[in-house]
Amino acid sequence: MKVLAAMSGGVDSAVAAARAVEAGHDVTGVHLALSAKPGTLRTGARGCCTIEDAHDARRAADLMGIPFYVWDFAERFTEEVVEDFVAEYAAGRTPNPCLRCNERIKFEALLDKAIALGFDAVCTGHYARLEMVGGRPELRRSADLGKDQSYVLASLTEDQLAHAMFPLGDTTKDDVRVEAASRGLSVAKKPDSHDICFIPDGDTQKFLAGRMETKPGLLIDDATGAVLGRHAGVHEFTVGQRKGLGLDGPAADGRPRYVLALEPVSGNVRVGAVEKLAVTEISASSPVAHVELDGPVECVAQVRAHGGTAPAVAELVGGVLRVQLREPLKGVAPGQAVAIYREDAAGDIVLASATIDATS
Amino acid sequence: MAYLDHAATTPMHPQAVAAMTEALSTTGNASSLHTSGRRARRAVEEAREDIADALGARPSEVLFTGGGTESDNLAVKGIYWASDRRRVLASAVEHHAVLDAVEWLERQGAEVTWLPTDRFGRVSPESVAEALDDDVALVTTMWANNEVGTINPVHDIARLCSEHGVPFHTDAVQAVGAVPVDFAASGASALTMTGHKVGGPYGVGVLLLARDVKCTPLMHGGGQERDVRSGTLDVPSIVGLARAVRISVDEQASRAVETAALRDELIASVRAVVPDVIVNGDPVDRLPGNAHLTFPGCEGDSLLMLLDARGVECSTGSACTAGVAQPSHVLLAMDVEPALARGSLRFSLGHTSTHADVEKLATVIGPVVERARTAGLAGMRRSRKVVKQ
Repeated sequence: MKVLAAMSGGVDSAVAAARAVEAGHDVTGVHLALSAKPGTLRTGARGCCTIEDAHDARRAADLMGIPFYVWDFAERFTEEVVEDFVAEYAAGRTPNPCLRCNERIKFEALLDKAIALGFDAVCTGHYARLEMVGGRPELRRSADLGKDQSYVLASLTEDQLAHAMFPLGDTTKDDVRVEAASRGLSVAKKPDSHDICFIPDGDTQKFLAGRMETKPGLLIDDATGAVLGRHAGVHEFTVGQRKGLGLDGPAADGRPRYVLALEPVSGNVRVGAVEKLAVTEISASSPVAHVELDGPVECVAQVRAHGGTAPAVAELVGGVLRVQLREPLKGVAPGQAVAIYREDAAGDIVLASATIDATS
Repeated sequence: MAYLDHAATTPMHPQAVAAMTEALSTTGNASSLHTSGRRARRAVEEAREDIADALGARPSEVLFTGGGTESDNLAVKGIYWASDRRRVLASAVEHHAVLDAVEWLERQGAEVTWLPTDRFGRVSPESVAEALDDDVALVTTMWANNEVGTINPVHDIARLCSEHGVPFHTDAVQAVGAVPVDFAASGASALTMTGHKVGGPYGVGVLLLARDVKCTPLMHGGGQERDVRSGTLDVPSIVGLARAVRISVDEQASRAVETAALRDELIASVRAVVPDVIVNGDPVDRLPGNAHLTFPGCEGDSLLMLLDARGVECSTGSACTAGVAQPSHVLLAMDVEPALARGSLRFSLGHTSTHADVEKLATVIGPVVERARTAGLAGMRRSRKVVKQ
């Protein structure tokens, strides 16, 4: 196959590309330049779009003897990921930009271009297992459950997955590093990237404050309706947040208070006791189903990239995925994705993904 | 493989390789006073005289540097620093070695006027005349544009500058060996050229600096090169450079005719399969080896990759550190639409180019453009999901 390997400059995508080469594919490496302001060496290696990262990707490609190019997707990335991120927060929702980037950049903008240019697949260093079963792609959790990224891939359509290649799904991160070293890849010991690549200093609130209209609002006690204080804008809060609420003290009952809901229209933030965070019902829209969902299905639901799983019953009704959790989950916010899995000893199988609209 | 990127770098002339190789196995610092030193110094001075003769300069006007970027920086910053005037006039289509040096001076307090160009990327003497006054420290305009190949009226601009007593620098990196270049006749005060564009080695260049032009050094040290460019002279590179300059200048007239014919053949054969191709730059007054083409509906990076995979090497514009194709400032200055600017490629021919190179391009360009167009359309689709509805 003709394979386009997306190479971030990190160890995972480098080993993934090397494995694709070894499997006999005709591989071309591409580094996506995503930063609207071209990076400098000084911005460090925390994100995935610095000149140093492009250099590391290039050197890995050199070692494999494959062609390598840098493609500029900065405009698409800004429009589809960064602006969406800001808009979602402004609407009081909690977006997942990595998921969005997979959906709209790596497996849409890049994949579309790759297919048009004559490639058969896009290869990435994601930790997830993907196989064609009966002509349909089947996505499973990675063998390394600590690194599993099936959650941020679960919203890819059948068509997108049919042209995806994740060569690292059956390997642990530790083994990938060992393999990188034995292949002589200089990125073998490069630290993992964390957080959000377009917010290199990790200060999401500062990033948002400079980009959205901030509206001051009230902190309201969810139980009594009492006004507990004022705040500079909903972007400073996330559902489930406890620290930094700017409250004088705990509630009358002496227990800490948590953010329960953000109300972007009024600008108010509702706070309350920890039990009120517990969610047992999720309603999610824009579903992508990987199997036919006829009637209620026993599954495991996941609401965050790492952790946040609970046994559940899910049903697709009129374009809405309704998930009834058998154990409550905390910190479930509208805007996040819910992925549902069928438990399987050989790796849980992704059944569907949808965007959370409401919880109770 | 068809190498159609001679404007990026061109193969060394075998005679230059031989001369340089011989010099590499000879010891001697050209600043030393003993026999070996004198031998090295002699080689350098002969090279200097050769280059001066080939380019219409005096030997004392030839300053050896580390290449085009250094020569440009030395001329722009050095002449500005040596002057008590505050203004700099520079064309908007300069190579980054000039552009970024001028922008840096601007941040240091210089008052910069960017000279506009016409739709071919040519600077008009009128715009220079309009901007000139007695507070101008330097005017800099390239002899020929590295991207679109347009040749500037440098003689007219030099005359205007001289009338105002203003030093005029020209970056002639693409011009030397491609068109006739005579420093004295041009009237320029300073001229940049570099080795690897004329069949000489990398990492060596020349700044021709008229004797009466004051220039503050970028580097201080042993006082070599009229005290303007300190540093031990790179004798083998200088010897190789002189050989290449001599050959390329001697062969310029006949080579230009051959190369231009081949270039016209290239354009015609591409147009035969891609009728809507656009040729950028001046249709007549252009570098003989330059064909700068826009393929509407295509992305330059797609075209480059597809051609590369089929053994045709060209360029999307100036290469940059991260390898990202930025929209060309040259095309933007020429008022080319950004979408069209992104779909442009530079094919450049040189002294080793053949009909086979052009034929190779002609056989692959049709399918490549067709495919790149499909990919370009894919890029315009906002969303796969929207398309499906």
